[in-house]
Amino acid sequence: MFHWLEKRPFFFAVGVFLVIAFAGLIEILPNFAEAARPVEGLRPYTVLELAGKEIYKKDNCIACHSQLIRPFKAETDRYGQYSLSGEYAYDRPFLWGSKRTGPDLHRVGNYRTTEWHENHMLNPPAVVPGSIMPAYKHMFTNKADIETAYAEAVTVKNVFNTPYGDDIQPGKEAFEKHFKSVVLPEAQKIAADMKNQDVKDAVAKGEIPEIVAMIAYLNSLGDSRYAAKK
Amino acid sequence: MQSNAALEYDYSVAKLFVYTTIAFGFVGMLIGTLIASQLAFPELNYLFGEYGTFSRLRPLHTNVIIYGFTLSGIWAAFYYSAQRVLKVSMAESKFVMFLGKLHFVLYMIAAVSMVVTLLLGITANKEYAQMEWPLDLLIVVIWVVWGLAMFALIGIRREKALYISMWYYIACFLGVAMLYLFNNMEVPTYFTSGGLGSIMHSVSMYAGTNDALVQWWWGHNAVAFVFTVPIIALIYYFLPKESGQAVYSYKLSLLSFWGLMFVYLWAGSHHLLWSTVPDWMQTMGSIFSVVLILPSWGSAINMLLTMKGEWNQLTENPLIKFMVLASTFYMLSTLEGPIQAIKSVNAIAHFTDWIPGHVHDGVLGWVAFMIMAALFHMAPRMFKREIYSKKLIEAQFWIQTTAVVLYFTSMWIAGITQGMMWRAVDEYGNLMYSFIDTVTVLHPYYAIRALSGVLYLTGFVMFAYNMIKTMTSSREISEEPQFRSPMA
Repeated sequence: MFHWLEKRPFFFAVGVFLVIAFAGLIEILPNFAEAARPVEGLRPYTVLELAGKEIYKKDNCIACHSQLIRPFKAETDRYGQYSLSGEYAYDRPFLWGSKRTGPDLHRVGNYRTTEWHENHMLNPPAVVPGSIMPAYKHMFTNKADIETAYAEAVTVKNVFNTPYGDDIQPGKEAFEKHFKSVVLPEAQKIAADMKNQDVKDAVAKGEIPEIVAMIAYLNSLGDSRYAAKK
Repeated sequence: MQSNAALEYDYSVAKLFVYTTIAFGFVGMLIGTLIASQLAFPELNYLFGEYGTFSRLRPLHTNVIIYGFTLSGIWAAFYYSAQRVLKVSMAESKFVMFLGKLHFVLYMIAAVSMVVTLLLGITANKEYAQMEWPLDLLIVVIWVVWGLAMFALIGIRREKALYISMWYYIACFLGVAMLYLFNNMEVPTYFTSGGLGSIMHSVSMYAGTNDALVQWWWGHNAVAFVFTVPIIALIYYFLPKESGQAVYSYKLSLLSFWGLMFVYLWAGSHHLLWSTVPDWMQTMGSIFSVVLILPSWGSAINMLLTMKGEWNQLTENPLIKFMVLASTFYMLSTLEGPIQAIKSVNAIAHFTDWIPGHVHDGVLGWVAFMIMAALFHMAPRMFKREIYSKKLIEAQFWIQTTAVVLYFTSMWIAGITQGMMWRAVDEYGNLMYSFIDTVTVLHPYYAIRALSGVLYLTGFVMFAYNMIKTMTSSREISEEPQFRSPMA
């Protein structure tokens, strides 16, 4: 049979394809629908948090930080309750990471504050002596891309039925309204807890520096996205 | 018109990919050495502002090495060896020639765009699939063009039976095509939001645990179908050609090929042990990873036994050294991987530096060694000149081998140290170390790893110099060498 196949490239290719595709069919498909369900009481990320998640992606935080607490005592002692599948239902893409050069962040919102993050992002070794994490000073000057984050919220609402409110609608007008009424006040709340004057000034002018969105996202990792736990 | 006269093969496309292999190899390894040094000496994060941090550069390193260096090397070898095993010249078909050149041009466009977008932080942030949707589409086109070129060449072949290397090239083409398509399913947000925000941005079709599954189905199998399958195609062609020995066992090559095809995909979920994917899937990943030793070692042993009775070549010919050590590192790597995939070992190894250690004994010792040996073998035949310096190859071999050994030994120690410290508890059951304790302790190992990077890069520069000299100013040869590559 193999001699026969070797002289017939088409059937050879079909054979190879079937053999490699087989595992995917059996391992991946069966669980798909179930794994997509959120845990009860979980809300999707706000637009500001999504913008923060974009910065988390842009600066590739997953290179060093995981968001997956494994079910071992050493991990739950260090980071809190082990991670559940349904907690990731609104994570597109998933951000588990594969390397912990720094600590896990899946519940970092439960034990770190806005103030802590502000100091830490500006100069990590000043907060954690011996830290090898680089400073992310550019986050204090770069502006967060809120419009793209909003576009993502609209997309996941309309395409994947993510439960956002009725004010998340396509188009520039809806965006501007949402920005003024929801995103900016949320950013102001975070800026109020910060001490950097440039950041405060920018937010007062209606601009949102990356660091504000980033902190909003980091604070959302943990209990604050559960109505019941807040 | 079949005659016994040797065909004049056309290497114009293969040559182009040889140049990019050298260029991307240098860039990718340079970035790798820089980011390794950043972990030991964090001040190095501030060389290029926001574009120079470890986090921003790390995907650039992986992508340039995988899609720049490795794919270029594979395609250089493909466009060289496919003609030979199929007994047909690319010059015989204008169509194949056009596809080959189109393949290269599109590839260069994609590679440059990849570097620029990743530096800017435009990323889908799935490991080894970072590129955003417009680039994904371009990559699909490139892949199709390569597939067309391959099957067009197969269509006009004179040798009816496909040689073993061709099996692996076909598998590489199909495997990557399937996995890449599924993993990069994403919705561009610009079009669904009434024209808001960045046109480059997209959101993954899958969420959370599902996304993780599809991603590591890809992530693991990118390793399979880029770092393993086509590299086996290389060794099946170049080792027998350089040594003048016939492949040891046809049956073993059959068993290894179909075994690898069937088993590899199952093992993807070993990247997700102790995560939120269902337990049965984790167990399957674990079991199949161990089974994977069989076909992997099958190929490696088949290659080693090909040298049976001719082991003296190991001392005489540095290219044989590279290839034999490559298969040996392949065996090490494919034993180490399954060990890490055992759930109890993984509990300690996962998230630590043992994992990059494992990756690098594979890529530095197996993939890069094999690609460099292939390029050395092709050079005298493509450029009709002997290899510039044998001494330089010998020196390069030892420098790089030392580098690989330093890399994986330091990362073994670093990984196991950190894994054990994370879980260490005192007599009352409290955690013994804060996280930062487990970071500062790694400094010496990070420094050794950085040194290993410098050594490997030095070896690569020697390789590049040797290749460039071979292309331009080495002694010309009139006849194509049959087996052993001539070198001064």
